[in-house]
Amino acid sequence: MTKQKLVIVGNGMAPGRMLENLFEKDRDACEVTIFNAEPRVNYNRLMLSPVLSGEKTYEDIITHGDDWYAEHGVTLHKGARISGIDRQAKTVTSETGITATYDKLVIATGSSPFIIPLPGKDLDGVLTYRDLDDVEKMLDAAKRGGRAVVIGGGLLGLEAAAGLKMQGMDVTVLHLMPTLMERQLDPAAGFLLEAEFKRRGIDVRTKANSHEILGDDAGRVRGIRLDDGTEIEASIIVMAVGIRPSADLARAVGLDVNRGVLVGDDMRTSDPDIFSLGECVEHRGMCYGLVAPLYEMAGVIADNLLGGSSEYTGSVTATKLKVTGVDLYSAGDFSEGDDREEIVLRDASAGVYKRIVLKDNKIVGAVLYGETSDGPWFFDLLKKGTDVSDMRETLIFGQAYQGGAPLDPTAAVAALPDDAEICGCNGVCKGKIVTTIKEKGLTSLDGVRAHTKASNSCGTCTGLVEQLMQVTLGDAYNPAAVTPMCGCTHLGHDDVRRLIKSKELKSIPAVMQELEWTTSGGCAKCRPALNYYLVSDWPDEYADDYQSRFINERVHANIQKDGTYSVVPRMWGGMTSSKELRAIADVVDKFNIPAVKCTGGQRIDMLGVKKEDLPAVWADLGKAGFVSGQAYAKGLRTVKTCVGTDWCRFGTQDSTGLGIKLEKFMWGSWTPAKLKMAVSGCPRNCAEATCKDIGIICVDSGYEIHFAGAAGLDIKGTEVLGLVKTEDEAIEHVAALAQMYREQGHYLERIYKWAKRIGLDEIRRQIMDDEAMRKAYFDRFVFSQKYAQVDPWSERVSGRDKHEFKPMAVLTKEAAE
Amino acid sequence: MTADIRNWVHIGTLEDIPREGARCVKNGEMTIAVFRTAKDDVFALEDKCPHKNGPLSQGIVHDGCVTCPLHNWVISLETGAAQGADEGRTAAFPVRLEDGRILIDLSYSHEAV
Ligand code: SRM
Ligand SMILES: Cc1cc2nc3c(=O)[nH]c(=O)nc-3n(C[C@H](O)[C@H](O)[C@H](O)COP(=O)(O)OP(=O)(O)OC[C@H]3O[C@@H](n4cnc5c(N)ncnc54)[C@H](O)[C@@H]3O)c2cc1C
Ligand code: SF4
Ligand code: FES
Repeated sequence: MTKQKLVIVGNGMAPGRMLENLFEKDRDACEVTIFNAEPRVNYNRLMLSPVLSGEKTYEDIITHGDDWYAEHGVTLHKGARISGIDRQAKTVTSETGITATYDKLVIATGSSPFIIPLPGKDLDGVLTYRDLDDVEKMLDAAKRGGRAVVIGGGLLGLEAAAGLKMQGMDVTVLHLMPTLMERQLDPAAGFLLEAEFKRRGIDVRTKANSHEILGDDAGRVRGIRLDDGTEIEASIIVMAVGIRPSADLARAVGLDVNRGVLVGDDMRTSDPDIFSLGECVEHRGMCYGLVAPLYEMAGVIADNLLGGSSEYTGSVTATKLKVTGVDLYSAGDFSEGDDREEIVLRDASAGVYKRIVLKDNKIVGAVLYGETSDGPWFFDLLKKGTDVSDMRETLIFGQAYQGGAPLDPTAAVAALPDDAEICGCNGVCKGKIVTTIKEKGLTSLDGVRAHTKASNSCGTCTGLVEQLMQVTLGDAYNPAAVTPMCGCTHLGHDDVRRLIKSKELKSIPAVMQELEWTTSGGCAKCRPALNYYLVSDWPDEYADDYQSRFINERVHANIQKDGTYSVVPRMWGGMTSSKELRAIADVVDKFNIPAVKCTGGQRIDMLGVKKEDLPAVWADLGKAGFVSGQAYAKGLRTVKTCVGTDWCRFGTQDSTGLGIKLEKFMWGSWTPAKLKMAVSGCPRNCAEATCKDIGIICVDSGYEIHFAGAAGLDIKGTEVLGLVKTEDEAIEHVAALAQMYREQGHYLERIYKWAKRIGLDEIRRQIMDDEAMRKAYFDRFVFSQKYAQVDPWSERVSGRDKHEFKPMAVLTKEAAE
Repeated sequence: MTADIRNWVHIGTLEDIPREGARCVKNGEMTIAVFRTAKDDVFALEDKCPHKNGPLSQGIVHDGCVTCPLHNWVISLETGAAQGADEGRTAAFPVRLEDGRILIDLSYSHEAV
């Protein structure tokens, strides 16, 4: 059987989902070709707002990467807008001149932002908010600072405003109507939302009618004038006033088009071989602007393409605003009317407002502000048209209050029917999640996301999904597999690191407050991690919190099993001298240190030192020129070297000298986990550089830089980063690589694990190929070293943290009795 | 029954201990770890982890507990009991704070209660 040729115009969220449904049913039925006007793979458009605010990166929101297309044998033409369809010959042609033949065609051209025809609308700096290019333009503008004016106080406008504010711009929102998001919210909730935006320093002006966009001589935006004559200065204007179905192509080839491309319940257009779905269609008089309906359409087309006879009958939608820290949920219709009743709950001190609109004892609309966890439950009652007479008295308090004593949240989830919708974005119901967990033996949130798509988009249903996993798996569910940082937060390390930067959080209490830690003061897992992230991100501003450091780093010595400590001074590059050895011998004698050992890191360890003696031991070592070897630190440990050209008959470069330079340049730096390096003078590799976090192999033509080796719990040879010619280049590359790792690594994640997560090629690209990026990393490393290279031992010898090393009191026998 | 005999000994002031930190008090052979929490509550435990005698005074103080520096057992500051799945208990001593002065009673351990 020959495969049916399926061609798709547009590569947005709707066809992405359609193909998944299709391949799930039959991997081989269709030969698929996609044309996309955007020059990239498929990503989650909903998540552009977190990218704009800095809470996510583009890479995080890709839903189908290049490898997905390769794996599924799908041909994707990127940056190829379709300009013509020949319905007789059954071909499509792109502006770039590519032609493809189809048996079945799917039009999924989405929609385009509406541009108000104001004077000045074509000036440089007037932007819309629809795709990644728009986000990049906004981020670019944000770097230059100034004021952004956002026209439109709906979902998109507000997300854009919040994002631009988080990027440091001054922001004004102009909204024509008296309250924000008036299509989804009633005036009271709109007002709460406005107050919240103002509290964040965003200037919100309602009933504001734009008159003209003002430009300068160079054709760039400089401001906007309103109907009432007010002028507001602005460096960019973002228009977010609505969308229009992109139906021009369909119209031009003679398909029936009204506002959008007209489709029947089978999702066919007026040409039976052409389907259409997504925001470009009009179905039973409705055009949709949210993803849930598109996903339902996707399932119907996938089935019909395979000869099925599925029908789409329309959707009721619910909306959430994706602005971190604002909880808002709205569903259905909440206009007032004689036949309607409403139930309202206000809790001003908690900032909560809830309103349920009833008609004939059924919920027809719900608005929740400040506390939205019952949203899906209300939405479920709404969609099913459940008669709520029996629970009217307690309805507004939510599901937990129905039927007597309050239920715990998991019990509430357990009580949901199988077809209750859990993930609104992706239209995933409870039954699907539960069966998938069981069938595929899933145990982690990531697994559930991958297989069901639930919680994979805006993420607001993550809590519900986790509760479902709890209910389904019982004790077998280990929430740790979800990898939040620890039990004090549901956020993972990446999220926390990004939020520390984007929200400019500069102390542990600030992180815990802003990121809504669930414990009052954190735990022994998150506090050291947060302390590291803050040290690494704000080297000049953050005051290190020693009480959040593990004991070794707090007292700058390694604790031993009997409560004594070990002392390891630096021996740069493994070189020492008679003077140094004599000083060590003297210290060992003077303090009766029971053991002296050569470490695996080319230096000497004095073991069994009493805590009280540490400052005096360090004082003596300091006089001989020793500094701390940081053998205790999640930071730079050792740089092992071999004898190199100084002595060895095979040496190609001065490996000892380079090792010493690297150690002197990089000591003191804190890293996510320990960082060990080595430099070998030739590929015989006597310094074992090829199992280090970062290693250098000297060769005749220069220095081969290696990284991501392991020789502890795991054993793994290094990967080659690249070859450089001079010592200076070697140092620059190594420091840049270390800085990249410092900025991105999860606490306690060694460089080889980090590299596996980020991708070796990406690291090579940023460090070897992108000179500007490398220099920027290098400069940040140098900046941070200004604050890091203070010998902790000499600091303590001069009296810092005295309390650490002395008992608070020594009680005599008499006193105690 | 020794529970009603109280012997308070002044060992120092609140300022002597860093917030979320600990100091030691030596009493003959025994070392007592005196902890100060984020909220300025003070607790005293024998400085010996019920697991393998790790010095609890060197651990991280959080949420009314201390995490032992050797193998991460979590010990309640109030009762000295190991938390979670671990089992064991360290002697806990009564503490009083009077005008920032810390008094402990070593004759009496909560263990007995
Ligand atoms: C002293 C030394 C052993 C020796 O006598 O030679 C040593 C001693 C300890 N190592 Fe090590 N490691 C020592 C070299 C190594 C090496 C070899 C090397 O550095 O070339 C490795 C393999 C390479 C590597 O780092 O992976 C090594 C892999 C580990 C690991 C496994 C790390 C991993 O991620 O796989 C641990 C456990 C950990 O860090 O969680 C560890 C942990 C430890 C600790 C810190 C255990 C602990 O948590 O208390 C030991 C502290 C003893 C002390 O107080 O000094 N040590 N350890 C070496 C000190 C090197 C130095 O001069 O700084
Ligand atoms: C910032 C933002 C936030 C959003 N937040 C939410 C939310 O929280 N919840 C929610 O439900 N919805 C949200 N939406 C709406 C949601 O993203 C859309 O409903 C959904 O992406 C529409 O999918 P689609 O496939 O129909 O169209 P699109 O995803 O727009 O894809 C259409 C694609 O077709 C391409 N194209 C157009 N014409 C041609 C042509 N002639 N040839 C080739 N390619 C063409 C376009 O370049 C585009 O890539 C948001 C939208 C934005 C912009
Ligand atoms: S291998 Fe390292 S961690 Fe293990 S006992 Fe030896 S020194 Fe300690
Ligand atoms: S000695 Fe305290 S945990 Fe092992």
